[in-house]
Amino acid sequence: MRRHHDMGGLPDGPVDTSAHDAELWEKRVDAVRNLLGQKNLLRTDEHRRHIEDLPPGDYDGMSYYERWILSISHHLIGKGVFTSDELGRKIAEVEAREAKDRERYR
Amino acid sequence: MKARFRPGETVAVRAAYPPGHIRTPYYVRGKRGVIERICGEFANPEELAFGRDGLPKRALYRVRFRQRQVWPDYAGAGEDTVDVEIFEHWLEPAAGEGAG
Repeated sequence: MRRHHDMGGLPDGPVDTSAHDAELWEKRVDAVRNLLGQKNLLRTDEHRRHIEDLPPGDYDGMSYYERWILSISHHLIGKGVFTSDELGRKIAEVEAREAKDRERYR
Repeated sequence: MKARFRPGETVAVRAAYPPGHIRTPYYVRGKRGVIERICGEFANPEELAFGRDGLPKRALYRVRFRQRQVWPDYAGAGEDTVDVEIFEHWLEPAAGEGAG
């Protein structure tokens, strides 16, 4: 059976080749991925496997770096670097902090 | 390096569909091509993807396919080809002229 990501040769629409600047969070994801490589915590083939394992809807619907951050998260949970619970609580903490900042600087 | 195939030899890509991290594109599985060159030997990415060392290293080949072989409805020129890099364990010897 063909896996979803292995879509070479399938018909699709035109490719958007316009240049765009990376957003700050995207640069941070890139930096984290580089650091994990340097520390031997994430190999390219492991990273690719996690991205390929995304459900087809996520694979198609997410941006490039959204797929990356999800792959990195799954990998580090698997490695025991942090738990799902720790990550979930941290995400909530950061969201609350950013909401407060938006309120303050409105 | 012990490479099983030589440039110019006709090979068939195994028509296998295992789960896991597979670098052999779906569209060339089961197709015949010709060894264009030996690229070297590399740790097996199918194993690296699961945190193992991927050793022993595997020979990697650049295999040339006729587009008309790969895509039955290909409308371009008959001599058009596509090159794909494929690890040795995905290739088998094949009779005849795969890219012909």
